Amino acid sequence: MDTIKYIIKRILQTIPLLIIVSMISFFIIRLSPVDPLAELKLNPSVSPETVEKERARLGLDKPIIVQYGKWAISFVKGDLGVTSTGEKVSQKLGERIPNTLLLTTIVILLTWLVGVPLGIIASVRWKTNLDRILTVLTSIGMAIPSFFFAVLLLMFAVKSGWFPIGGLTSPNFADMSFGGKFLDITHHLILPVIVLFTISLAGLQRQMRANMLDVLDSDYVKFARAKGLSENAVIYKHALRNAVNPMITLLGFEFAGLLSGAALTEYVFQYPGLGRLILEAVLKSDINLVMASLMMGAIMLVAGNLIADILLIITDPRIRSKS
Amino acid sequence: MIRDLLKALWKDKFARIALIVLGVIYIALFLADFIAPYTKDFSDRTMAYVPPSKVFTIDENGKFSMPYTYNYIREFDSETLQIKYSLDRSQKHYIKFFSKGQPYKFLGLIPMKRHLFTTDSDGRIFLLGTDINGRDVFSRLLFGGRISMTIGFLALFVLFPIGLLYGGISGYFGGRTDMIMMRFAEGVMSIPSFYLLIILASILPSGMTSSQRFMLIVLILALIGWAGFARVVRGMVLSIKSEDYVQAAKSIGASKLRIITKHILPQTTSFVIVAMTLSVPSYILSESGLSFLGLGIQQPDASWGNMLKEAQEFTNILYRPWLLTPGFLIFVSVLAFNLIGDTIRDVLDPKSKVR
Repeated sequence: MDTIKYIIKRILQTIPLLIIVSMISFFIIRLSPVDPLAELKLNPSVSPETVEKERARLGLDKPIIVQYGKWAISFVKGDLGVTSTGEKVSQKLGERIPNTLLLTTIVILLTWLVGVPLGIIASVRWKTNLDRILTVLTSIGMAIPSFFFAVLLLMFAVKSGWFPIGGLTSPNFADMSFGGKFLDITHHLILPVIVLFTISLAGLQRQMRANMLDVLDSDYVKFARAKGLSENAVIYKHALRNAVNPMITLLGFEFAGLLSGAALTEYVFQYPGLGRLILEAVLKSDINLVMASLMMGAIMLVAGNLIADILLIITDPRIRSKS
Repeated sequence: MIRDLLKALWKDKFARIALIVLGVIYIALFLADFIAPYTKDFSDRTMAYVPPSKVFTIDENGKFSMPYTYNYIREFDSETLQIKYSLDRSQKHYIKFFSKGQPYKFLGLIPMKRHLFTTDSDGRIFLLGTDINGRDVFSRLLFGGRISMTIGFLALFVLFPIGLLYGGISGYFGGRTDMIMMRFAEGVMSIPSFYLLIILASILPSGMTSSQRFMLIVLILALIGWAGFARVVRGMVLSIKSEDYVQAAKSIGASKLRIITKHILPQTTSFVIVAMTLSVPSYILSESGLSFLGLGIQQPDASWGNMLKEAQEFTNILYRPWLLTPGFLIFVSVLAFNLIGDTIRDVLDPKSKVR
């Protein structure tokens, strides 16, 4: 019961946070000297009525506070306005967000599957050659600029012809069977996943290693060893459980980092995700789209942190008793 | 303390290599005008996308000779529809050291003409080929490095005072001030940083001089990182403010600002040094990412990021791999900074074993 209460409290806390985020984003965008409707007006396929409707919806002739209020109300109602090409922003976001979520979820799963064991191995073999090699490899992974790595992989894809170049689906995607579709998407995902995986693995492995080293140094592990437990039992039963908890907090941060890193990777691979959407929107100064995707990015980030916190409540009983 | 730190860095094998690499890079960047055979804006339009010059030390008779090079000739092959480059073997161009070449102002002040190496006025020496405008990639790497390798430090010098003061005030005052200030910082942190970065960069007005733009990019980079830093500082201040000497300062009537800046914040020094060295690479990466997208440093100025912009085209990646060299330099310098940062953390914070 306490757990549920705590979770609800934690969910409610995100609401003021999102309001603050929306205010910050709104005022930053309004700092821009660009007329928010300029692109829309220039587009011949958008009728003057649509432009007029947008002007009224945004309240552009009113003071900025009123504009913010109007924007916030329509945002909550789910009306995100139209893009400069006259499409619905919400529809556009609906196409892109699942793609970004797909990419980041796969990367997080993979980094955890690989990073946590590697961290454990490095800590158990602390200061051996294996540990040093892993440290060097992770240093290299951390230092490659994501976009540069993406460009190199793209070069490899073009030269070898083993991988499709950019996008998420092949042109004949619609005609494929279900299995074919699955394979096609997997094929397209491999390269972007490799880039993001390499970059985020390093941080995770190092953190896991540090946590394990801290825990292995603690009294209860010494006690367990003194008791004559086997090394495996000490590591996997006693140490690991405590070392993993701080990692869950990191999950939220990792998600935040991935959203940022994904933007450049998506751009290079022409991957239809949120990061590339916001980039295109920024370059075209499509204000509605920028604002909406900024908010969506923030919501995803906040949700990521929220999930991490809730997981932590479930795995770490100490937090429940504290609240 | 700084001396001990340097000593410890020198003792560590990896950190020593990293220090030497960075030292070489920074010296080369400092002497960029002299080392580069061409100025930043030199361009030879007839020499677009020329591959790296070949330098010969053995002549056609198989004898040793002074190093010389041949110019490239650009030809359009009407059958394969490709542009081909071949060496013009009719004329040798000897490489001359410490001789006069294009005039420049050393560090923007002292007018000079001598370059580390050049060739005669008809010859061209492009150690790393040229870009689309026929500009020497090697020279531009040096000039671009000046921007890429300093912008991170400048951003940190803007960001750290802000973060320190913000975190200091928030932690020291506590209560409602703390609540409001921290919610605001969390709000900034809740926007994916790269999204915020590109949006701030995109609202910069277009008609700016390059130095104005440079300063604003520094400011934007600083705006991204301060919130996370301020939060950590606040946490530290919360524990420091109950110390006896802070109470003592309070009792003799020191002002709040004085207590924060003179008594509390100095205690965070070692953390600040660690945090600074660890975050330099991320600012180098942010700037290069931003310029790569065309939102950071603009042409004709060079930065390693905007030089890589050309690597976005398939034909360039495949047929002109020398255009990728800035990426390797970013990689090497970020790696070096990371290695140094790790060692500094080990020295200042022996308990942490992240490495």
